[in-house]
Amino acid sequence: MNTPAWLEPLMFYLFAGVALLSALGIVLCGNIVRSALCLLGTLGGVAGLYFLMFANLLAVIQLIVYAGGTLVLIIFGVMLTSKSPWVRFAARRGEIVASCAVVAALFVSLCKILTDVDWSAGATGSAQVVPVRDIGAVLLQDYLVPFEAASVLLLAVLIGAAYLARPQPAERTSAP
Amino acid sequence: MSQFTYPWVQQGERSFRGIAALIAALARGVYRVAAPILRRFPGPVFFAAVIGVCVVVWAYVIVTRFADGIAQSAANTAVVTSMRGALTLAEIQAWRPAATAVWPESMFSGGLGALAYVVWPLQFALVRDLIAMTGIIGFISLVPLYTIWWERKVAGRIQSRLGPMRVGGWHGWAQSPADGLKLICKEDFIPKEGDGPLFRLAPYLAFVPAICAFIALPFAGSYVFRDLDVALLFILSMLGIEVIGVIIAGWASNNKWSVYGAMREACQMVSYEIPMGMALLIPVMTVGSLRLMDLAEYQRGGFAEWLAWRNPWCFIAFFSYYVASLASCKRAPFDLPESESELVAGFHTEYSGFRWSLFFFAEYAAMFAVSGLAVILFLGGWYGPFPQSWAPTGSGVIAAMARGVLFDGPIIFILKGAFLLYVQIWIRWTLPRIRIDQVLYACVQVLLPLTMIVLLGNTIWVLFDRPAYPGFQSLARVISGGLTIIGLVLTLLILGFMAYGYIHRRRLVGWLAIEHLPGS
Repeated sequence: MNTPAWLEPLMFYLFAGVALLSALGIVLCGNIVRSALCLLGTLGGVAGLYFLMFANLLAVIQLIVYAGGTLVLIIFGVMLTSKSPWVRFAARRGEIVASCAVVAALFVSLCKILTDVDWSAGATGSAQVVPVRDIGAVLLQDYLVPFEAASVLLLAVLIGAAYLARPQPAERTSAP
Repeated sequence: MSQFTYPWVQQGERSFRGIAALIAALARGVYRVAAPILRRFPGPVFFAAVIGVCVVVWAYVIVTRFADGIAQSAANTAVVTSMRGALTLAEIQAWRPAATAVWPESMFSGGLGALAYVVWPLQFALVRDLIAMTGIIGFISLVPLYTIWWERKVAGRIQSRLGPMRVGGWHGWAQSPADGLKLICKEDFIPKEGDGPLFRLAPYLAFVPAICAFIALPFAGSYVFRDLDVALLFILSMLGIEVIGVIIAGWASNNKWSVYGAMREACQMVSYEIPMGMALLIPVMTVGSLRLMDLAEYQRGGFAEWLAWRNPWCFIAFFSYYVASLASCKRAPFDLPESESELVAGFHTEYSGFRWSLFFFAEYAAMFAVSGLAVILFLGGWYGPFPQSWAPTGSGVIAAMARGVLFDGPIIFILKGAFLLYVQIWIRWTLPRIRIDQVLYACVQVLLPLTMIVLLGNTIWVLFDRPAYPGFQSLARVISGGLTIIGLVLTLLILGFMAYGYIHRRRLVGWLAIEHLPGS
């Protein structure tokens, strides 16, 4: 099958552009629901980049867990908690200064990484789809401890959520 | 006669200009020519269209197979001289198939000739993708149109009426296209107090993922747009993203009914996604692959090999998946997001015209997608109920047609999907809508524990169903045989019910009904 050589760079810039622009949108949108929707663009763009790198499983998991699950919960939470329909954000001056400092530190370190690492090593090999079975085997053999640690963390979150959502003792007595 | 004063602001008549005018004139011309023919001969036109589509798709697949064969032999003999591996017209024209080639190839032993002009563009992936995408969008457009019509007919029969009867002649077959035309002509209404951009965006957010789900959904062995190794998860993720469109639609409408509908949708989807995904894990675990091709190939041995009756856990998982998929498609009895008796129309209360119809395209496309998933994972995919060893082995057209209609191929897949669609319609017009607390109770306290038990049970079953445990394997075979018989009886019962209902379709139900229908 022949695919033109310009296709992959084009798709890369397309997905990267979508991810970047919607990331900007998350920060700059005053409206909280629009920000949440921009998050969908970022997640989708990054998933597209994963697809371009033949990391199909990662891309699909990103779409299921973040776009289909977490994002729905975020929007749902916003809809439940906000009083007026068009909730607006306004950052305070201190918050802007603090976030600028963090972003500057991140930017400098990313630039350092970009210039220091020899990127030509990874660019020579042609990408292949890694079978899902191999990923599973690696997760359950070589990286079993981090994998289980993550599941313990999730379990803790689950118990915490159940604790927060439980009926209060006062409510329980007043219930008929 | 005095001028009538309208209570609303009058807008001037809109006239079409430029390309729009050309398209409108074309549409009118086609209508004037086609409508009388379609009204006179609906049956022959319908069957000719279906057979024509099948032939076109078949011809396309044969031609792409030619292109693949040519590319393969060119790669083998290393005669590629042109840039980047693209073959020239002369190279294609000179291609001769190998001596062992079966029917379609053997016709062209003297070279391809004029066919080379058709084959040449097909060696480019972009061209193929464009054609396949056109086919997918065409299929997704036709499925809702005719499922809606079918749903109205079934609903009519279930409620002792006739359903659409007039448009197009034969049983109102043109009702849905006519509705579609009406919807395109309707005023495009956007609430002033709503969130305009999000309101415009929401229908696409619902519709585009529904199309994307078909990218990974295989219709048959070679009828798949992208054979992803994570096809199952990809389709699930697309169905999950579709929800965001519905939620945003409800939110951007700035209407409390819409917001209620959207919140119910979010609630329902987030909770039913879990049992749905877990029920789908059962066949994945049994086969050991997430690729839908492998899952279907596993069941090619006929009815007894279908995964739904492979073991008791798969049997339960099939039904719990079906219930969860009803909820994820917002179908009754889980159609709370749009419950028309309480919420006007739920999330699409404020929508009209084409945007409104996009939601329905998305819903019916998703209905077909989840039915297709159920068919591939549990009901033998695109393989017929007979073992493949019975298939005619000849290379003639008749044998190929018999194989395509009875043994494997997209026609069987679409028919099976249509059967599950029919069951969805049947359930919708039979069961009453349940309350939101009952919906969540059914998910969190019934379906979720059930699928968890099934998951655990299947894990243990798969561990022991190996050649190392011959005793357990023979027991498993006996149980699987019993389940196959139950499945066969169930299938025959449902088909028998359908046939009985069709034969007695004019009989009215109950003692209070008055016989007034023609022919009753």
